[in-house]
Amino acid sequence: MGGSGTGNSPCASCKLLRRRCAKDCIFAPYFPSDDPHKFAIAHKVFGASNISKMLQELPVHQRADAVSSLVYEANARVRDPVYGCVGAISYLQNQVSQLQMQLAVAQAEILCIQMQQDHIDQQITLPTTPLLFDEDDEKSFLLQNNLPQFLNFTPFNNSSSVNCDSFKKGTLYGHDMVS
Amino acid sequence: MTSSSRCAACRHLRKRCPSDCIFSPYFPSTNRKRFEDVHKIYGASNISKMLKDLPVHLRADAADSLCYEAYCRRKDPVYGSVGVISVLQQQMYNLQTQLAQIQAEIAVATANNNNNNNQIPPQPYFDGSFFPDQNGGPATSYDPPSTWFN
Repeated sequence: MGGSGTGNSPCASCKLLRRRCAKDCIFAPYFPSDDPHKFAIAHKVFGASNISKMLQELPVHQRADAVSSLVYEANARVRDPVYGCVGAISYLQNQVSQLQMQLAVAQAEILCIQMQQDHIDQQITLPTTPLLFDEDDEKSFLLQNNLPQFLNFTPFNNSSSVNCDSFKKGTLYGHDMVS
Repeated sequence: MTSSSRCAACRHLRKRCPSDCIFSPYFPSTNRKRFEDVHKIYGASNISKMLKDLPVHLRADAADSLCYEAYCRRKDPVYGSVGVISVLQQQMYNLQTQLAQIQAEIAVATANNNNNNNQIPPQPYFDGSFFPDQNGGPATSYDPPSTWFN
């Protein structure tokens, strides 16, 4: 076999594909011959031709990161042939959702405590529904997964009013948020 | 088979769509972009292999997840769905930090509250002499509850 751009030995891709490793082989910088598994798994999921096309469409300085993410996705797909990376995304979304709920409860609690400490006996108003995360494509994806809207606790915005007693009972907005 | 009954995959690949086409349940002709995206990233041959390796009842979910990953890769050619994972991990980290801060504040505020409540112990408002005995003298059997002085 011919030499790769980095030496005499072909890169892992050309070794697996059993072809000459050209000096300007697009795979050689990212699939060294000492890690054959990396290309093997990426090739199994995406195919060498598709990887080559994807890399060619990217500027050179972004190709290393692209290869890393492709290998990561390929590994995830081999581990979980049904869901791949989407399984991890789903899990993380649930975690984020739970943390947002816990944060909302904790923020309501600290407000109530501060009110009690100041000996202020008044109705507190909590803001409605502004989202805790930025409004972008990630938000639209998360909304499609039925994430509830939460408080951001910029105090005293106009909204439904809540008495601290309802918090003490462990409910906000009529449903149990502390469980 | 008429062209209108071919699935999106077979239309894109310009071939006959047999009755047992592996793609047709998951790539209907009504959404050609769905197959084009996934074919661009994985290739029809790889998709076919992946689906055939799965039991039938799991193929729909697999097709959906492949389409989602292809969509992410189209939107972000460098990081794809790994970028989404990274964003979510960062969100989780930020939320955990905020939650830890607020919980620490709650602990401090609760401790302060308890300290304030303990500074002035409740004073008994009578010393037992308020209730005369049946002879009119001071009562001797009354003891203020010990909990007042805890």
